[in-house]
Amino acid sequence: MVNLLEAHAVSKKFGDFTALNNVSIAVPKGSIFGLLGPNGAGKTTLIRVINQITMPDTGHVILDNEPLQTHHIKDIGYLPEERGLYKSMKVGEQALYLAQLKGLSKQEAKTRLKYWFDRLEIGDWWNKKIQELSKGMAQKIQFVVTVLHNPKLLIFDEPFSGFDPINANLIKDEILRLKNEGATVIFSTHRMESVEELCDHIALIHQSNKILDGKLTDIKKQFKTNTFEVGIRTNDEAALQKEMADRFVVSPANFKTIEDELKLNVKLSNNASPNDLLRYLTSKGEVSHFVELVPSANDIFIQAVKNS
Amino acid sequence: MNHLPLIIKREYLTKVKNKSFLIMTILSPVIMIALIAVVAYLSQLNSNSERHISVLDESGVLSPVLEDTENIKYSILEQVSLDEAKQIVEEQENYGLLYVEEHTDANAISKGIKFYSKESPSITLISDLENKLERRLTDLNLEREGVDVKKIKSASIRVAIEQESFEGEKTSKIDSIIKLAFGGAAGYLLFMFIIIYGNMIMRSVIEEKTSRIIEVIISSVKPVQLMLGKIIGTSLAGITQFVIWIVLGGVLLTLVSAIFGLDLMQSQMPQEEIMNQAMNNSDMAMEMQNIMVAFYNLPITNLIFAFILFFIGGYLLYSSLYAAIGAAVDNETDTQQFLLPILMPLILAVYIGIFTVIEDPHGTVSTVFSFIPFTSPVVMLMRIPFGVPIWQQALSLILLLGTFMFTVWFAAKIYRVGILMYGKKPSYKELIKWIKY
Repeated sequence: MVNLLEAHAVSKKFGDFTALNNVSIAVPKGSIFGLLGPNGAGKTTLIRVINQITMPDTGHVILDNEPLQTHHIKDIGYLPEERGLYKSMKVGEQALYLAQLKGLSKQEAKTRLKYWFDRLEIGDWWNKKIQELSKGMAQKIQFVVTVLHNPKLLIFDEPFSGFDPINANLIKDEILRLKNEGATVIFSTHRMESVEELCDHIALIHQSNKILDGKLTDIKKQFKTNTFEVGIRTNDEAALQKEMADRFVVSPANFKTIEDELKLNVKLSNNASPNDLLRYLTSKGEVSHFVELVPSANDIFIQAVKNS
Repeated sequence: MNHLPLIIKREYLTKVKNKSFLIMTILSPVIMIALIAVVAYLSQLNSNSERHISVLDESGVLSPVLEDTENIKYSILEQVSLDEAKQIVEEQENYGLLYVEEHTDANAISKGIKFYSKESPSITLISDLENKLERRLTDLNLEREGVDVKKIKSASIRVAIEQESFEGEKTSKIDSIIKLAFGGAAGYLLFMFIIIYGNMIMRSVIEEKTSRIIEVIISSVKPVQLMLGKIIGTSLAGITQFVIWIVLGGVLLTLVSAIFGLDLMQSQMPQEEIMNQAMNNSDMAMEMQNIMVAFYNLPITNLIFAFILFFIGGYLLYSSLYAAIGAAVDNETDTQQFLLPILMPLILAVYIGIFTVIEDPHGTVSTVFSFIPFTSPVVMLMRIPFGVPIWQQALSLILLLGTFMFTVWFAAKIYRVGILMYGKKPSYKELIKWIKY
């Protein structure tokens, strides 16, 4: 797969503090790339390096097969975590100004803004001042300004903070639509459920180092432990549990069902087949529940951070 | 991509369209003119009030010199005792009573003069009286010694030393005053401009930080560009404001003086009276001519060019520092500790300009400080009307320009790091560290 963006061995120090230590990432074209990590891990510094706000001490960044240059500014749309707008400026004027800074002509910017404002049904805000809008409303404008110049690469730092669920969903749909239209998205967040939902690639940064990266499905395969969640109905639950505990590594499971049954997590050895387990279970009782436990992004995040 | 014009335009328009800017621009000259009018009116009211002074002159030699003026009327009391005189004065509600004891000797008389009044009398009135009486008594003394006072008066001579430089440039005392006024005005204007618009720049940087728009902007433009755009845009707004003030002030002043007739002119009368006392009318005409000559004698071309260059240099030097301070802090209350080191040289420059340039425009102190970049714009502007060699001006400008480049570089460093720092107020040590980032 072709990469739109590659960061090679990027390091950045602020005085004695190392913000990034030899971090490399590769963002495939057309993907949604999740940049994850605890607070203060170095995500924002990496994003700032990509945006040419901060210059790396060593290492370099390639965008679309070219070393990162000033003219790439118009190819990137960036929605920072710390974001705001000029409070006393009118929405329309402000959006025009920011669009022009990204290299759009005034006329072009106007046409596109009209399209987006109609699309998000915020057309009548044009002459309002930002201080008259709610935080969520201002966020919508910021989103529009970020994507207005049709950048190849979109970078969202915690895009959903400050949105109510309805608007968060709206923005999520817009991000997915932009991806389908060919944009590549870097997505930095703590909210693992949105990572699960949106990202196909992730990189995990912890204490200035990248500790994990790759396709989300590959990482999940790597982190799964061959454990199965089992629900079985039998006459003598205690006997069955005892018998199973002798054969497998089991622990009590907790999931919701409508039946009253024996619930267990069964961990198989790495090369054992789930079919054997299933066959064994069907001989013991009526299987009502049989699911492989795949680690969630959240589990992976916590485990990877703990291990490092 | 060069976004500088776009940034300048935005900075300029937001400043100019701002309501408080509009109000300040229009109201300031109105308030100023109103204030001047009120002061003029009040001082006129004061000097217009007529004062009646009763005089009981037992020596009989002093009352002849007390002639009525427009504001002071004397009434000579005769054949009454001091106590009766006091009573009369109180009954008539006169301003006061001038009492001269009965002596024949001028020296003795001078020690026996008293002024009685209900409230303590005005200082100018007393010193005026003292002057008159002194002159009369001196004359009396001279006459008693057999000196012809008329001869002395006709023999007295006034000296006005004509000054001329080796190049043949004529100067005079009035010249110096005009030069001082010009230099002082230029220096002071720069000082005010730096403080007012430097602060405006600082506030606008802080606003971008607190509204958190800064990161959105600097993902599109270089921080240095944003900083320069801010400085230039704000300066243009400042110049607009200044021009409006000058025009509006001129119009209003003409209007007010037209409405109140010559009131404003009249309020200056006392000063002219003093001048009249010092010289007679032909001197006045000479003096007026001197002023005109002095004005034409000013190195006008040099002054204009130097004003523009030093003004721009000095202003940019300081405003870049103001921008850096704005970037370093989160809110205006934190700016105090950083503002002090900026204001110190600026205030120093004004004081040096006022005290040493008057004393000796080409002395060591004023010369040295007209080279030091942080004080040179103000001090040099004050010196230039007195004629500063071009090489000195050029050297000072080069130094200023060099320092300006350095401060812009320095400020840009601080700015670049500072605008992305939130939360804590940095120490000087941290600021130095930022430079290395």
